[in-house]
Amino acid sequence: MPGRLEARGVTIHYRRRRFGDNFLAVSRLDMTVEPGEFVAIVGPSGCGKTTFLNAVDGLVPLTDGSIMLGGQLITKPGNDRAMVFQQPSLLPWRTVKGNIDYGMETQGDVTSKSDRDEQTKRFIDLVGLHGFEDSFPSELSGGMQQRVNLARALATDPELLLLDEPFAALDAQTRETMQLELLRVWNATRKTAIFITHDIVEAVYLADRVVVMSSRPGRVKMSVPINLPRPRDLRIKREPRFLEYELKIWESIREEVLRADAGTKEAVA
Amino acid sequence: MTTTDPRVAPRPSTPGFDAGITGYDEKWLGAATAEVLPDGPLTSPRPDSVYARFESIIIGTAAVAGFVGVWHLFASARIVPPLFLPGPLDVAEAYAEIWKGGELWQDLSISGQEMAIGYGLAAVTGVLLGLAIGWYRRLSYALDPFISFFYATPRIVLLPLLIIWFGIGVQSKIAVVFLGAFFAIVINTAAGVRNLDAHLVKVARSFGARDIWLFRTITIPGSVPFILTGLRLGTGHALVGVVVGELVASQHGIGHQMAIAGATFQSAKLFAYLMFIAATGVILTVVLQRLERKFDAWRPRA
Repeated sequence: MPGRLEARGVTIHYRRRRFGDNFLAVSRLDMTVEPGEFVAIVGPSGCGKTTFLNAVDGLVPLTDGSIMLGGQLITKPGNDRAMVFQQPSLLPWRTVKGNIDYGMETQGDVTSKSDRDEQTKRFIDLVGLHGFEDSFPSELSGGMQQRVNLARALATDPELLLLDEPFAALDAQTRETMQLELLRVWNATRKTAIFITHDIVEAVYLADRVVVMSSRPGRVKMSVPINLPRPRDLRIKREPRFLEYELKIWESIREEVLRADAGTKEAVA
Repeated sequence: MTTTDPRVAPRPSTPGFDAGITGYDEKWLGAATAEVLPDGPLTSPRPDSVYARFESIIIGTAAVAGFVGVWHLFASARIVPPLFLPGPLDVAEAYAEIWKGGELWQDLSISGQEMAIGYGLAAVTGVLLGLAIGWYRRLSYALDPFISFFYATPRIVLLPLLIIWFGIGVQSKIAVVFLGAFFAIVINTAAGVRNLDAHLVKVARSFGARDIWLFRTITIPGSVPFILTGLRLGTGHALVGVVVGELVASQHGIGHQMAIAGATFQSAKLFAYLMFIAATGVILTVVLQRLERKFDAWRPRA
């Protein structure tokens, strides 16, 4: 039974070598994600969303507070989590198949080679890469590279899937296709998911709940449950209920951006 | 760790990296069009396709043949005495003489030995030290001054010292070949390790990779193109070592024969021996290029 994610009073500083200071990225952030829930985090750029996600993955140490998954304290990367990166970050010298294997191989689960092959095949089919098993990343389009990135994470069978703006670098059409695909894949696996984005439409479309973060230092400003039926068609983006959610979140972020700008001006003056 | 915060002043992106990730697409499309079009069902096959396929070989061969022809005419006209410019026929005659002299195999085997042992040692130790220097920052701080010193100095100037240490036999030549190739290999290998794609390192860490796994699966494959460049540069330095080493002091070898031919004004023989050196250089370069292509199958071809 997958456990819930509980972040309590999360505070993250990190050293900026270029400026020689300690940068406060996230401050006293509280968040709970229920098992099987799809949460999208939006916020003004630079609010510490990615830093927080990296901390959940165990890549960034906390200055204060704690993050627990299923009652276990997170201190380093673990087999119960997997990240889908903003850059496809595929190993260019490995084929599609080799890249999807890489996550499983690295986590070093006891799975045998044949189990791994079966798992790889399953996820190649699931993300629609059938026929491209032996292609190198350089032979794939940006959207297909992101499918590999997603399959690599899913194949490790994580309890919690972390997605760091995975579609930000794609063109508008590909991005919509990938959103649809992600929902289809998510429906098939029903993993707990945290999805970082700065695209409000994307957040509302994908998530069960949208969390709005304040401007830096980041903390949770607002949490909006999205009561839209699933499965969701792309047309839902034009419905009044959808637009209401969108507007509400947009206003909330706008407030934060203005607040941050005012803060910067004061500091300059 | 990395962040998308714009105020953190993102690291200036290295062209290599970003091109490596975002540029693939475009480059691949370019390659695909180039490959697909000639065979595509909609394009009619060009009648001169045999010529088109071997164009580079045909033009190259014609140019060399033309050059030899002009050389022959010029040399036969005897505008300059044959001492300064022997013709191609003189060189062919010199080959026959060398063959009959019976020392060719010994000379080739001595020079080959010097090259193979010196370069082989340099390749193995150079790659290992380069990986270590690239991986352990503190080791590189300690060794960089020495490597810079040796890389900036033409190692051939150490030859008199090496002859004092090792005598005029093969050992001194092996040493100079080794020193010639070693530093190019070390420097390039270390650069390969240092230029790792930070995104890939993050992926490996995110999946919980330990250092040794990261090294095996990301560092080494990522450095291969750099290592091969180092090896290719090394062959040139190594050849210089063999020839100059033998020219200066030796009892056998191709360079030794060139020294004798030079001292006795046999220009045609000089030309003949020179071809052996050139051929070795060309063969090694081709072999390493093949290797590069084998390891770079994943790299998009422009």
